[in-house]
Amino acid sequence: MATVTNTSNGTYKVVGTRPLRPDGVDKVTGRAKYGADYSLPGMLHGKVLRSPHAHARIKAINVEKALKLAGVKAIVTGRDLPEGENKSVPLGEMSVNPRHLGHNILARDKVLYQGHAVAAVAAVTPYIAEQALELIEVEYEVLPPVMTVDEAMASTAPILDPELRNEELGDQPTNIAKHTQLKRGDIEAGFKSAEIVIEREFRTAMVHQGYIEPHNALATYGSDGRGTIYCSTQGPFEVRGMSAAVLGISPGSIKVVPAEIGGGFGGKTTVYLEPLALLLAMKTGRPVKMVMTRAEVLRASGPTSGSHIKVKMGCTRQGTITAAHVWLAYEAGAFPGSPVAAAAMTVLAPYAIPNVLIDAYDVLVNRPKTAAYRAPGATNAAFAAESVVDELAERCGLDPLDFRILNGSHEGTPHPAGPPYKRIGFIETCEAIKNSAHYKSPLKGANRGRGVASGFWFNAGMQSVAMVHVHADGTASVVTGSPDIGGSRASCAMIAAEVLGVDVDQVRPMVTDTDAIGHTDVTGGSRVTFATGMAVFQAAEDVVRQLKERAAKLFECKPDEVEFRAGTFAAKSNPSTSITIKDLAKRLPRTGGPVTGRAAVNARGVGPAFATACIDVEVDPETGKVEILRCTIAQDAGKAIHPSYVEGQMQGGTAQGVGWALNEEYVYDSQGRLLNSGLLDYRMPTCPDLPMMEPIIVEVPNPGHPLGVRGVGEVSIVPPPAAIANAIYRAVGIRMTELPMSPPRLLKAILARRAEDRTSPAAAARA
Amino acid sequence: MAKVFIPAQMRKLCGGQDVAVLDGTTVGELIEGLGRRFPGVSALLVEAGDLRPSIAVSVDGEIATGGLLERVGPNSEVHFIPAIGGG
Amino acid sequence: MAKTRIEATINGEPVEFLCEPRQSLLEVLRDVLNLTGTKEGCLTGDCGACSVILNGRLVCSCLVLGLEVAGATVETVEGLAAGTELVPLQQAFLQQAALQCGICTPGFLVAAKALLDSNPNPSETEIRYALAGNLCRCTGYDKIVRAVMDAAALMRQGQGRASSPMQGREA
Repeated sequence: MATVTNTSNGTYKVVGTRPLRPDGVDKVTGRAKYGADYSLPGMLHGKVLRSPHAHARIKAINVEKALKLAGVKAIVTGRDLPEGENKSVPLGEMSVNPRHLGHNILARDKVLYQGHAVAAVAAVTPYIAEQALELIEVEYEVLPPVMTVDEAMASTAPILDPELRNEELGDQPTNIAKHTQLKRGDIEAGFKSAEIVIEREFRTAMVHQGYIEPHNALATYGSDGRGTIYCSTQGPFEVRGMSAAVLGISPGSIKVVPAEIGGGFGGKTTVYLEPLALLLAMKTGRPVKMVMTRAEVLRASGPTSGSHIKVKMGCTRQGTITAAHVWLAYEAGAFPGSPVAAAAMTVLAPYAIPNVLIDAYDVLVNRPKTAAYRAPGATNAAFAAESVVDELAERCGLDPLDFRILNGSHEGTPHPAGPPYKRIGFIETCEAIKNSAHYKSPLKGANRGRGVASGFWFNAGMQSVAMVHVHADGTASVVTGSPDIGGSRASCAMIAAEVLGVDVDQVRPMVTDTDAIGHTDVTGGSRVTFATGMAVFQAAEDVVRQLKERAAKLFECKPDEVEFRAGTFAAKSNPSTSITIKDLAKRLPRTGGPVTGRAAVNARGVGPAFATACIDVEVDPETGKVEILRCTIAQDAGKAIHPSYVEGQMQGGTAQGVGWALNEEYVYDSQGRLLNSGLLDYRMPTCPDLPMMEPIIVEVPNPGHPLGVRGVGEVSIVPPPAAIANAIYRAVGIRMTELPMSPPRLLKAILARRAEDRTSPAAAARA
Repeated sequence: MAKVFIPAQMRKLCGGQDVAVLDGTTVGELIEGLGRRFPGVSALLVEAGDLRPSIAVSVDGEIATGGLLERVGPNSEVHFIPAIGGG
Repeated sequence: MAKTRIEATINGEPVEFLCEPRQSLLEVLRDVLNLTGTKEGCLTGDCGACSVILNGRLVCSCLVLGLEVAGATVETVEGLAAGTELVPLQQAFLQQAALQCGICTPGFLVAAKALLDSNPNPSETEIRYALAGNLCRCTGYDKIVRAVMDAAALMRQGQGRASSPMQGREA
């Protein structure tokens, strides 16, 4: 039996405890099956030919020689996909443009980034498929690549998509897919009333989610016209819908079976291999398996945007922020759809600012189409805004946390996009850091500094379905359609156990396929424990309602005369007449048959998340290397169902934020070729790079959820880059405005500062 | 009468106004009313009988799930905001 | 391509397989022997998801050829537990919640075993450097390091095998 270790709220028996995860034994014994672990008899292997150029017109593709290679069963190119409609249609978490999606799966007339898929081969072995790729002849007309938002926005820039138009420019071709503006108050008056104004410019590099498991898909297609895709995805229903859209077939003809997933962080919310594997299976009548290499993952799956950001912010001498103007341009990659609108809505979200103007631009560049990455858009933006906030606090002579608390958003504060917040816990996260042992401890030593920063993320609601089945022995199973990426089976089982009044080991959770459950949106937006958890809560309540009817039959009373407490049903009139769920389960056949609870939600009541981080660093002034000495992160979880996995999300997000801050970046040459397409050179944090990370779970219950849950999966990635930049400033007196703050970049800044100090007595005096 | 907050980029179609007070019991009715008062606005919000996929609507501080059919009260506050996705 | 017959000892059992000269040990384990617990993350020895112990040494199985294991002993994640009984490392990973998606877990368990086989009482720093070749993107390593410390302590106390795998941790 799982034992209770920590009950943070006396009203719950299971929620707030730390039972072992139900999928744990499979994962520590190697038994858990991920997408690439599946095989089928007669299976073919698929490989993708990818563009060596960042920007080129495809003049001809000749597959004749490749098709003649023994063992090659099929080859497909962009011409084998129907041309999708060039408009946004609602699909999955965001809207999708079927034409852009299809062109990203297989390029049609142009390749738009190095690694862009051009053709796919199915053969009897992976080696033969690889050999066939070398025999495919593609004639390209190479075009100049456009690699940065600044280049792409210039009026003379080469145009990626000649059909792209935006609402403001009318019929003029452009690389700017969209301009979003948020505006409140009177920005000029706001700056006029400011006594201190800081204006800074920032750049951040494109970075990848870095999940350890490469993309994979295994597809079958039968002569009954039905296909099945086994894959590791955050969104099986999105895979079904998107694959159907790309192939021009009906979603109902595809079943998606979600395998265990080896990380996603937003990157597995769209499709790459899935429609190709299915298309090749349709062509050959045999199962087709495809797995990306790491280089393919980095070159051709969706990283998140690099960006160029300008922030101007003003405050009074006492520290009240009066106005903020933010300009953001984000790399969308090859097709529209960067998270810049989210960036616009998150960049100032922690603060109550009366006068705000935010301009946000979604810009095409010859890089892979970006995909979601943990709090998409928010981290770049917070790096900029939170650096400026830190500078304002310093100019006012205020502690940076006090400055944040003074200006902090709370219940009723209008969000920059308009609506007022309900109960939120931003200020509580600042106070938690302020009261932490870490913040209260002095930091001593040369070249050391402590920085703080905060972050916001909306979290998502959306659609989920859950079923709870009661078995003859009184155990229950919980069935959902939400792939478990970080422990959500544990939280769903715990929620059901809490409602049913049984021990959590009496509840078995499982994730099922798209035929076996109703539409369930993506595992993303920190929504599973919130929305799927809400469905599980309601489905378990549905079980209790039905069981009351059964107990009423046994007690010979009306259902509403039955009381349910701690897993036991009793007649209100005669409390000595009682029966446990376990005993009642045995009586189900003779009282009406099996009991299954179900619930389908389009969840309302989403509670936004805030986090505040405190990070100590030591800078090596000879190399520019930054060491993370200590790190504490406080995050409002609303209510932590399983605190260990809430901590895990906080620590994992923080680690990704550290990588984004210090080392990770896509490095391209002048021709748009990615120079670091392996994990040695795309430098993610390793175990010795990080200290223990101290999580402080703040619980300001979300009034919109029956257990007070907010999402916890994303916001922890947002504060670290700014917190580290602010710490570096306190360590060596330099404000870094470009990510990553890698050793060469920081060393350059340190050397420039030294040179400046030698030549300028004023600067020397300041130092 | 519900209070409809007009997104920044639609204000030029609305004589610079950032708020309109309108009658209606659903988001759809409010948008129709807005469109009658300011021609061209409703096409920016509605497409093929539904909210545009790029737009979310907030009613009284809560992201509405009912699209044009979402009920609004006599004192509701309605905001149109960009729809976004999470990771 | 001609295949070679190889004999080796994998997880304590004698194994024979046919292998092409170009096949890596990782491919042999996964595609030939159906031991899919060992994972592929990069194929360049950078992520450690394919870690196995070869003749007592920790290696990335993606960087070893199948031919090279002729006559060798190989230990993979599937060989850690004795039947249904989890070893202290596995128990500690569960109890410390040291995994989220779990794709890196087999590699970490094998790498941690290689460490504890040679150093039963490692410091935090020694653990961090011993695991430097294994990437985890979910946990930030905190709970993994704690789990290895716990496992080491359990093993030193000789209590590792006393508790059942499904027992939760005490208050």
